[in-house]
Amino acid sequence: MANVSLQQIGKSYGGAVAVEAFNLEIRDGEFLVLLGPSGCGKSTTLRMIAGLESITRGDLLIGDARMNNVDPKNRGVAMVFQNYALYPHKTVAENMGMALKLQKMPKAEIEERIAGVADMLGLTAYLDRKPGSLSGGQRQRVAIGRAIVRTPEVFLFDEPLSNLDAKLRVKMRMELQELHDRLGVTSVYVTHDQVEAMTLADRIVIMDGGVIAQVGTPREVYDKPATEFVAGFIGSPAMNLMTMQSAADGSWRSNESQLVLPRLPGFDTKGANTIRVGIRPEHMTILDASAVGDDPWILPGKVMLAELLGADALLTLSVCGETMTARVNGVDYPEQGQQLAVRLNPEQLHAFDHDSKKALQV
Amino acid sequence: MNAFNTLERRTQFVGIGFVTPTFLVIALILVYPVVQSIVLSVGQSSVDGFEPYRFVGLEHYAALMDDERFWRSLSVTLIFTAISIPLELVLGVGLALLMNESFHGKGLARLAVLFPWALPTALNALIWRWMYNADYGLFNAVGLESGIIGEPVNWLGDETLAMASMVIVSVWKTSSFMALIILAGLQSIPRDLYEAGRMDGMSRWQEFREITLPLLKGSIMVALIIRSMDALRTFELPFSLTDGGPDSATETLSLYAYKVIFEFVEFNAGSAIVVVQFAVIFLLSLLYIFTLRHKD
Ligand SMILES: Nc1ncnc2c1ncn2[C@@H]1O[C@H](COP(=O)(O)OP(=O)(O)OP(=O)(O)O)[C@@H](O)[C@H]1O
Ligand SMILES: [Mg+2]
Repeated sequence: MANVSLQQIGKSYGGAVAVEAFNLEIRDGEFLVLLGPSGCGKSTTLRMIAGLESITRGDLLIGDARMNNVDPKNRGVAMVFQNYALYPHKTVAENMGMALKLQKMPKAEIEERIAGVADMLGLTAYLDRKPGSLSGGQRQRVAIGRAIVRTPEVFLFDEPLSNLDAKLRVKMRMELQELHDRLGVTSVYVTHDQVEAMTLADRIVIMDGGVIAQVGTPREVYDKPATEFVAGFIGSPAMNLMTMQSAADGSWRSNESQLVLPRLPGFDTKGANTIRVGIRPEHMTILDASAVGDDPWILPGKVMLAELLGADALLTLSVCGETMTARVNGVDYPEQGQQLAVRLNPEQLHAFDHDSKKALQV
Repeated sequence: MNAFNTLERRTQFVGIGFVTPTFLVIALILVYPVVQSIVLSVGQSSVDGFEPYRFVGLEHYAALMDDERFWRSLSVTLIFTAISIPLELVLGVGLALLMNESFHGKGLARLAVLFPWALPTALNALIWRWMYNADYGLFNAVGLESGIIGEPVNWLGDETLAMASMVIVSVWKTSSFMALIILAGLQSIPRDLYEAGRMDGMSRWQEFREITLPLLKGSIMVALIIRSMDALRTFELPFSLTDGGPDSATETLSLYAYKVIFEFVEFNAGSAIVVVQFAVIFLLSLLYIFTLRHKD
């Protein structure tokens, strides 16, 4: 087991920068998730750790040894690929044992290790089969097994579950979690699925356009998004974000609607004229239309659209002319066209600088 | 259960319906000449129809057994095939691997490689015949000039050299065809298998042994079958390059059959040669097909 240190790591393809000045300390035994939209450089970062992609700038350390120019096999890392990348002409056992065979490990020991891992992953019955005759979930297990038998210092996963259907994805996610609890191997996991990230990660690295937007525990990135990008990316449905202008009396007004918010409690707005204010759909309380009155945080609204998700329902509201989404209980919720009042819980508001997009300090 | 059976039967029926027209066409253009050759080979007749067809049984085959020139042409054909095909395969795989790398001018390189294949064989043979020419040929000129050879070599005049020369022309022409088929196979191998290989610690050679070669088996088999059949029927090359000489050292079965039919005007005896050739090709194809089946 080992810690992984990325120091000012960068990657360019010709002139195009894919990853920029990436600084990260991955702790020994940590489960770290790289999360971000398509093309933000997650795979590139992971592949630089793996040694499949050369590092343009910076230093990569695994267990305190510089690895920039070390062969993948000597980095002590094992990778699970999105498309499994199993050798189609080899049996499950041969697939799992390939690295050990190439290391010239004695046959008996290889077999013993494969048997142990196959048992752990429920693959014993399939050891003599070829990957072509396995289901997607079984193939992914073989790919994971192939990584485990090598007893690497670091596991690398590149969207390992994205080819599975929703149900299987949940099951495999839990299996991965158990596996990590059991083996405790440092893991770096790439995904663009925030549910996977929230459930699996000790810490999440949110990337945007080749740079780190925020590093934090799932709790931190949800509760205290460091940038507007993170705020919009984490959480489903996305956070409601409004552009507000400061008024002479300390209140905030929207240019595009009649929305007016009182002085924001605790935020250091640094005398800014324009800021972005955000509130999550789950942090809005729906009240009766008559509740509008003394409390400045209670605003009049109208239901434009009501969608039942199951346990919850989503309301698309027009609040003082501003479109917002609210998440409410799915048992009893207002219907389309209904007039109501909305309370924005002030202690759950977010505010961001309009230009730098950075979160304003509370 | 019943419904399933009906459905299955109907599917079969539709399948047969689709296959039948193709099957008939193939039967007509493929089987008819074969049957015709067999019929001719067990009879005696004349081109002008003066002598009516008369069944003579295996007389022509028996005559072939005692025909040294026939045996020679059979062995020439087999030797030519056995030497040129492996060479073509090795070169073809090499070329395909090269063409699969990314480098500047890749498109041009592919075109250049395909050039020999695009030329008609007869034309190819004539070009090479000039280059082999003992008096004015390129090889002797270059060889003499550079001092590699002391005196002019009669490339096409010596029995062994003539065979070697023919093999070289064939390899030059058809390696690119092999390369093309194998390149298609190469491009269908997913790239992430090689990445998995690198993670597993494979060297370049191990990648080739453990990933490329096994996954190319299908393409290689196809290329081998096509090329073997081609080589066993080789006609134009010796026809234009050596006319089978010297002393029938490069006379293939096809060329011999051609001479028997058109020069000696013995087309019953010639048909017997054609039938034997057909049998050889058929047996070889069966062999390939069975090895293919067993490997899977
Ligand atoms: N071989 C390459 N040549 C040029 N540009 C590349 C290459 N590979 C990746 N890129 C670019 O680098 C950037 C990051 O790519 P990367 O594959 O790391 O994205 P990603 O975050 O993994 O996206 P996804 O979620 O779609 O897999 C992209 O803009 C991509 O176009
Ligand atoms: Mg990716």
